[in-house]
Amino acid sequence: MKQQLESIQKQAMEKLAQASDLKELEELKVAYLGKKGELTQILKGMGTLSPQERPIIGQLANEIRGSLEEGILSAKNRLTRELRNERLKAEVIDVTMPGKMRPVGKKHPLTTVMDEMKDFFLGLGYEIAEGPEIELDYNSFEALNIPKNHPARDAQDTFYISENVVLRPHTSPVQIRHMMSNTPPIRIICPGRVYRSDTVDATHSPVFHQVEGLVVDKGVTMGDLVGTLQAFAKAIFGENSRIRLRPHHFPFTEPSAEVDVSCWGCDCSGCRICKGEGWVEILGAGMVHPNVLRECKIDPDIYSGFAFGVGVERITMGKYGIDDMRLLFENDVRFLKQF
Amino acid sequence: MKAPIKWLKDYVNINVSIKEYIDAMTMSGSKVEGIEDMAGGIENVVVGKIISLEKHPNADKLVVCKVDVGTEVLQVVTGAPNVKEGDYIPLAKVGAKLPGGEIKASKLRGVESYGMMCSIDELNLTKDYLPDAPDDGVYIFNGTPELGADVKDVLDLDKVVEFEITSNRPDCLSVIGLARETAATLGQDFTERKITVKEEAGGDVNELISIEIQNPELCSRYAARVVKDIKIEPSPAWMQRRLAAAGMRPINNIVDITNYVMLEYGQPLHAFDLEKIQGSKIVVRTAKEEEVIRTLDGQDRTLDSEMLVICDENCPVAVAGVMGGENSEVTDDTRVLLLESANFKGSSVRITGKKMGLRSEAAIRFEKGLDIENTIPAINRCAELIELLGAGKVVKGIADCNCKPYEERVMKLEPDRINSFLGTEISLDEMVRILNSLSFKVDTNNMTVIPPSFRNDITQFADLCEEVARFYGYNNIKSSLLSGKESTQGKKTYKQKMEDVIRYTMMSCGLNEIYTLSFASPKVYDRINIPEDHYLRNAVVISNPLGEDFSLMRTTTLPDMLKVISTNTNRNIPEAALFELAYVYFPVEGEILADERSTLTIGMYGKTSDFFVLKGAMEELLSAMGIKEYEFRPEQNAQSFHPGRTAKLFIRNKDNEMVYAAILGEVHPEVAENFECPKRTYIAMADVQVLIDASSVEKQYKQLPKFPAITRDLAVVVKDEVYVGQLMDLIEQKGGEYLEEVSLFDVYKGEQVADSMKSVAFALSFRAQERTLTDEDVNIAMERILKNLEKTFDAQLRA
Repeated sequence: MKQQLESIQKQAMEKLAQASDLKELEELKVAYLGKKGELTQILKGMGTLSPQERPIIGQLANEIRGSLEEGILSAKNRLTRELRNERLKAEVIDVTMPGKMRPVGKKHPLTTVMDEMKDFFLGLGYEIAEGPEIELDYNSFEALNIPKNHPARDAQDTFYISENVVLRPHTSPVQIRHMMSNTPPIRIICPGRVYRSDTVDATHSPVFHQVEGLVVDKGVTMGDLVGTLQAFAKAIFGENSRIRLRPHHFPFTEPSAEVDVSCWGCDCSGCRICKGEGWVEILGAGMVHPNVLRECKIDPDIYSGFAFGVGVERITMGKYGIDDMRLLFENDVRFLKQF
Repeated sequence: MKAPIKWLKDYVNINVSIKEYIDAMTMSGSKVEGIEDMAGGIENVVVGKIISLEKHPNADKLVVCKVDVGTEVLQVVTGAPNVKEGDYIPLAKVGAKLPGGEIKASKLRGVESYGMMCSIDELNLTKDYLPDAPDDGVYIFNGTPELGADVKDVLDLDKVVEFEITSNRPDCLSVIGLARETAATLGQDFTERKITVKEEAGGDVNELISIEIQNPELCSRYAARVVKDIKIEPSPAWMQRRLAAAGMRPINNIVDITNYVMLEYGQPLHAFDLEKIQGSKIVVRTAKEEEVIRTLDGQDRTLDSEMLVICDENCPVAVAGVMGGENSEVTDDTRVLLLESANFKGSSVRITGKKMGLRSEAAIRFEKGLDIENTIPAINRCAELIELLGAGKVVKGIADCNCKPYEERVMKLEPDRINSFLGTEISLDEMVRILNSLSFKVDTNNMTVIPPSFRNDITQFADLCEEVARFYGYNNIKSSLLSGKESTQGKKTYKQKMEDVIRYTMMSCGLNEIYTLSFASPKVYDRINIPEDHYLRNAVVISNPLGEDFSLMRTTTLPDMLKVISTNTNRNIPEAALFELAYVYFPVEGEILADERSTLTIGMYGKTSDFFVLKGAMEELLSAMGIKEYEFRPEQNAQSFHPGRTAKLFIRNKDNEMVYAAILGEVHPEVAENFECPKRTYIAMADVQVLIDASSVEKQYKQLPKFPAITRDLAVVVKDEVYVGQLMDLIEQKGGEYLEEVSLFDVYKGEQVADSMKSVAFALSFRAQERTLTDEDVNIAMERILKNLEKTFDAQLRA
């Protein structure tokens, strides 16, 4: 009987090792361990054994059952693993094929640049002020120290709606509105659409965008203007950027300056972006003219301030190497998707 | 203002290279717009004398010359028709450089030639500069210049710097003004020139002319001189060249002298034929309405009472500062001259010039306001030049009517305040040095400063700060960052935040942002099927537009979006999804300014776009903006849209009203055709302010459900014209307290469904918050729903 048991064990283990699917395994389990299984049948014959033999054979039989059960489990694990591997093999996809999710849309580069500027100034405690595009001549010129028939009006080819209403040629009227209705300390930027009577070409558009800034407080110095613009240039054009101020004239600031930034294309050694100059003009700035403060009921003997204005299109074109302003307003999807 | 360097050097020593000079001037505030080197590209071109001239042995049109250039005699072959023995000509020797290239020794039809005789074209010069040059052929020098001398010196070829002069510095519209700035910039002295007028004609000017100013507020000073024995002839070459270099065409000695003084002194002058001035009298007054003058350009000009005119006893003889009259014009027959040097009010000259459409070099200077102390030096300089050129004999004295004698402005000098305004630590000595270099008089005992008469722009503290800062160097100011100032909070307004939400939602929906211009053409309304008298046609009109197509401020963004779609379609781009956030503009009755309404415009076409994609984008936006109650109503009457594929969006606002917020749909095929857009083009336009007013960013957590939901499907057959939205509304209304969600999962037409009917299938989900629902609960609700669908829409349960 002992021999019988051992031969069953040997035979079963061989078959288990060869089992090729779970169904066969299940059949083997029934064939050996089932109610009518071989091992069970043999154990049924235990009664014929002598009392001395019975515990020995019993123990052996239990050991063999245990080892068969273990064998079945490990064969099952083996088969499951094989099966899974086969399935995985069959499920191979070509991961180099293109993705299917609808692509997100892109922000227009003008918005991106204005957002960068807004973020920079929000961080410095500036509010974002807005105002109408169709504006009073008074807010657009007269309050800015440019009376009617002032020669400075020639420099800006303004669209007129009527004698007293214009399409704002800059966002400065927003500064006027803000100063008229707020008291210092004032720190604002004024982004928005502005209009000048230029025909459309590679470097001009009758509609374009500006971001102007205004700070009015006690003891604001020209050094504060220089420092603010220096930090601005670093934020927009990179850490290595430097600025250069050239004296200029604007009726609404005194002293006034035109501001150049070191060329981001060549770091001042001269390239296509700066037309060999090494510097690129990016904005106009100055200390708020006392006449402007007075007009807004702010006492220039107590308060001082600075203001600046940036043309968004020019900076956007410079930053991204866009060589024709018309691209910004033409909206070719192949252009838009690049940003 | 074009300033020839040699002319500047009459008044200031320029001891640096031209590059250093223009950089220094730019950094002190005189922006250089360009530099013209008249001698640019010319090298080794010298004066030569033709000592013999023979026919070329092998060519009829060529001659062989021997040219003496001082140190040697060269053989030169030329085809120029105008040269003869004894002529002095510019010769480009072998190795010479011309703007057209380098000269090499060559053989012309077998004869050696060692150089080229030059025309003015080859020297890159014009007849304005050298009026005696022939139209065709080699330039021939007047007189006998030194042989071998460099033509750049002989012809006075100069470098000309063009400065941008800002409107506050009319004094710099002159050589003297720029020389003063140059002196201050380079730390050199400005050389004052003494003017000497011999007054050889004797007599007394006041016996020949009297001056009366009737409008002293428009003309503060009028000075005149008389010159007899006038000889009109060309001015000398040096004067012609300077004028040409500065951009003015030489005419004759008298015109050239007045222009020369205007360029040098910045004071425009005018010359009258005194014998044509009736009554020996000059009256400066405003014109009478409808008074007429024929100006020098031969046009009859009707004047009005705002215009200032110069009159004789009877009638106007010039429009002040703008143009002279034909009736007093200086001609070749003129014998006696009246010279005018006056100070007219800038705005008056500007307005008059504008009305007449005239803007001369003189007017440009008057407009900006002139130095009243410059009137006399300028007229004296003019007299001096007339004597120098022998153009006439000057009568003794000046008739000078000065209504507003100049008073110096005494200003406070506050060095500490200047430093705290600039953020600098400039010493008083340095400030005094700077101000003195700019001709300001500084008194450090009384701490006062007096600007010179030509600096009308210096009126207050900030103006002094600028002068100090300019020459201290803007870039020497130490930067600071508002340190120690009261802090402020940087923030966006609610509207600005919501606009960000709109942009980001649109981009998440796959839409690309666009920017279009704000103008519209009056013709565009027909193209989008807008009827006559529609409110959209009432637009803000630009009085000086770039053209009719850009003459209105847009009242709708639809045409601009369609144009962009058309552009993309025409470039064979198969699909696009776009949005713009921009304003439209409506005139408001009784208001001066317009109503500017922020508008969101969506446009899409191509295979991934249809009405429901568009609607989905709107729904995402409503969700992102926290707008919970809304309704899409079918819209059949929007003229620009497909009547069966368009909806209007209504939302519940803060006043608990359902208000119009947007229109969305397929563009009307006619409109799509008008713009060459794809047939299926989808557009939405939303009023952003209405959306923002109804929006909310407040969020409140609702507990997740604890008990399971029971779901049921419901399919009903209804007539085609019944809207799914109506069915859903009714289901929600009648669903009872446990109905959690209704969603559409199928609309079917075809077999098993009668014609003109459709089968609509919904998935309904029921749930109670406090217990597990039973089938019984749900059955009751389902029956109620079905009964109501049957009653209201004649719906039949689909088996």
